[in-house]
Amino acid sequence: MSSKPEKENRKVEKEKSMIIQKEMIGKLFKDLSTAKETGKKVVYTFVPGNLSELIHAFDMLPVYPEINALQSGMRKKSGGYIREAEKYGHSEDVCTYVKCDIGMMLNGNIGPTGEKIPDPDLLLLSYTGCFTFMKWFENLEDLYPGVEIAMLHTPYQKDGEITEEMTQYMVKQLKEEVIPKMEKVSGIKYDETKLKGILENSVKAEDLIVKIFDTPKNIPSPIDAYFAGVYYIGPINIGFRGTSEAVDYYAELYKEILERVEKGLGPVTPEGEINEERFRLVVEGPPNWTSFREFWKLFYDLGAVIVASSYTKVGGVYDTGFRHNPGKPLESLSEYCMFCYTNLNLPQRIDLLSNCITEYHADGFLVNSIKSCNSFSAGQLLMMRTLEEKLEIPVGFIESDLVDPRYFSYANIKNRLESFFQMLEQRKIILAQ
Amino acid sequence: MNKYYLGVDLGSTTSKAIIINEKDEIIGRGITNTRANYKVAADIARLEATFDARFNLLERKLSDEIKSHPENRRYIEDMKAVFKYLQFKKRLESLYAQLKQTVETTFKNGIKKTISGYVDEIISTVEPIIRGEYLNGNLGAKSQFFRDIIGEKYHEQVEKYNKDFFEPLMLAFDKSITPVENEMVEYDFVELVHESINILDEKYEELSNSNNDERSIHFDAELHLLEGNYKDVSDSLKEHIEQIANMDIHIANMVGTGYGRALLPFPEDCIKSEILCHAFGAHAIFPNTRTVLDIGGQDTKAIQVDSHGLVTSFHMNDRCAAGCGRYLGYVADEFSLSLNELGPLALDAQKEVNICSTCTVFAGAEIRELLNVGEKREDILAGLHKSIVIRAMSLIARSGGVRNEFTFTGGVARNQAVLKYITEMIYDSYGNDIKINIHTDSIFMGALGGAMFARRNLKADLLPKKNSKQIKKVN
Repeated sequence: MSSKPEKENRKVEKEKSMIIQKEMIGKLFKDLSTAKETGKKVVYTFVPGNLSELIHAFDMLPVYPEINALQSGMRKKSGGYIREAEKYGHSEDVCTYVKCDIGMMLNGNIGPTGEKIPDPDLLLLSYTGCFTFMKWFENLEDLYPGVEIAMLHTPYQKDGEITEEMTQYMVKQLKEEVIPKMEKVSGIKYDETKLKGILENSVKAEDLIVKIFDTPKNIPSPIDAYFAGVYYIGPINIGFRGTSEAVDYYAELYKEILERVEKGLGPVTPEGEINEERFRLVVEGPPNWTSFREFWKLFYDLGAVIVASSYTKVGGVYDTGFRHNPGKPLESLSEYCMFCYTNLNLPQRIDLLSNCITEYHADGFLVNSIKSCNSFSAGQLLMMRTLEEKLEIPVGFIESDLVDPRYFSYANIKNRLESFFQMLEQRKIILAQ
Repeated sequence: MNKYYLGVDLGSTTSKAIIINEKDEIIGRGITNTRANYKVAADIARLEATFDARFNLLERKLSDEIKSHPENRRYIEDMKAVFKYLQFKKRLESLYAQLKQTVETTFKNGIKKTISGYVDEIISTVEPIIRGEYLNGNLGAKSQFFRDIIGEKYHEQVEKYNKDFFEPLMLAFDKSITPVENEMVEYDFVELVHESINILDEKYEELSNSNNDERSIHFDAELHLLEGNYKDVSDSLKEHIEQIANMDIHIANMVGTGYGRALLPFPEDCIKSEILCHAFGAHAIFPNTRTVLDIGGQDTKAIQVDSHGLVTSFHMNDRCAAGCGRYLGYVADEFSLSLNELGPLALDAQKEVNICSTCTVFAGAEIRELLNVGEKREDILAGLHKSIVIRAMSLIARSGGVRNEFTFTGGVARNQAVLKYITEMIYDSYGNDIKINIHTDSIFMGALGGAMFARRNLKADLLPKKNSKQIKKVN
């Protein structure tokens, strides 16, 4: 690499949308910390296939253990929590989100804002494409004896389609298992009109999200759809989908990004703006959280911008047309769960990525394979090879972990990424000749 | 002036340098063991390659004469051997001084004198032995690295003394060898060549004076031609030798690669990933290459390339030593063998003992267990070689499998037992139609790729810059 792309050497000023997001998250954790006093009931649930709208319909507060785990990773606390969980009896190979979460609970359950996260009143398991979730909540049940549990089984899209039977199977569970449990825990009667109103906001937020993640089709891309993308998906993934705050946040964010497009500006990084976009990548798999900044820096230092990623679809795949439907609330909640990225079969995931590579004009495809996440990692090599053959695109493969700092080898990842970028660069030069 | 291009591959175990000419022909190779000081390793490899290039240019220049006069070829070969000995000797002098200093600063007065005396005795004993090995071409397949040659002989001598002195003498060696290895010894090529000629004169003189019975044991036709004739040969070659010795080998561009590449004192755009260099080198030598396997000292790489030699994907194992060259080094130590003896022994096996350990260190324990239960050394070695290849095959599979043609590079590609299993398993998994390429310079493939990049001068600056006109809007 001859020279590092110039980044504007200025202090990064917080955009309005960033301030809004910070306030939203701050308020949520504040509400959680005072839930016992205010009498609000607390639901622990997971991001993929989350039923935020239903939780809001019962006026309850959501807690997402994966979000807490990744926040602990970013705050460099996960290593200690994981050791704590291993001391408690969890093996080295167990999902590190689980161990980090359990470790955090064993350490007093202090959340990312320093405030205590309340014990759950309900464990809502809508497990989607990840079977560890079931075992995770089994462990939580052990930590919170007597807690109510609602289980929603999401059928896997084995044949790449959602049938009427699958939807009805889920609606039945919602009616007979989930809603009655929520009524019991919250003491509030199910109100479909209220749910419909909430879902109307979901649709608005989803429309905006699709538009936002479409903007990297511009050259240069105004955003990094992975490293900044994970911040953008924050609000809908921590329970704000269906709220007016989320609609306002995404409207503001979209406005800001459009301004960047208008000016032809590249993505903003923690060290300023990327002025020269050298490589456009599509990335599969979650990022590493423990060394998130260092990881991102390995990309932006060399002008690599991620224009699309599968990870930002983990809380919902909206770009293929799915929207929540206020007209059919329970059916659309069911379909939402079944449409989550990790619930798609491998050919569907390949198609999705293939479209991203083509539509976003990517120069390369990169997999960050996560040691402790089977639901993401299984089949990634097959997907990579298929994409390489189908699109004749250079592919790269790196390995790290979600929140276990022991599995982020900076030197190894740097070596691989440098080779990958040089590979892309060599291709550009030779093919241009 | 002729232009030459240098590629340096600073690997984790060995550092290699290659010099090519404008036709991509290799004219010089240099290799040394990588030490703590990467810069010195790179400089030594580069210097070795330059010396080698001079000898090769001499041989090219004299190719016709060499064909018609085999004694000339022999003379140059002998001169190269003496030249190497003289390089060795210079470093040995440095080691000797270092050993004396280490003894002076490490040991108490009571023992100091005795240890110092032993050091004198060891050096004065091993020096002529090693000289003989160099001059008579008896170093054979053993490692030619200074540390290994002197280490083996030093150790042999120490074992002859009272065991009370074993530890202090080995301590003195261990403390002295690293600083000496990390020191850049400057050699004057012309001076060394002249000195070599003088030593050769002595050698051939001694040969003429030795009695016939001794000689009949080592009868050598080319040597026989030099007998009594060496002065003429020497005179006829002298002018050419002088010319080559004084020739300026102008390095027009260079590229560094390998693990230590970031530490090389090269401009940033002269540093390339070893993935690209290995693939480029392999593809340049075998243009139909589509899959490259490189087994180096501390990593294994499976690389897929397209028809242009462009890398399309790669996979690396840099987590587990049990699939790399170092594994064999460890195994060699366990069996008290030299690395080069492992392959031939494994080929003598009657069967392959299954080695289960996936860890280099634990494989050592497994080897001892297997020896205890009566398994033969050859059969265990065969199993160990096979286990490396199984791991390499798994890596290849992860990178996309073997596509025709397959080129095997890296230091381990010189191991015949590894080759045997690689061939078997590739045919078995991917069919007998796969063409398997192995080059005699396989260990230099990364450096060669680097040199070829250097010749092509492919700089990152050539990347097309994007301008504002390319911006299209999608709202």
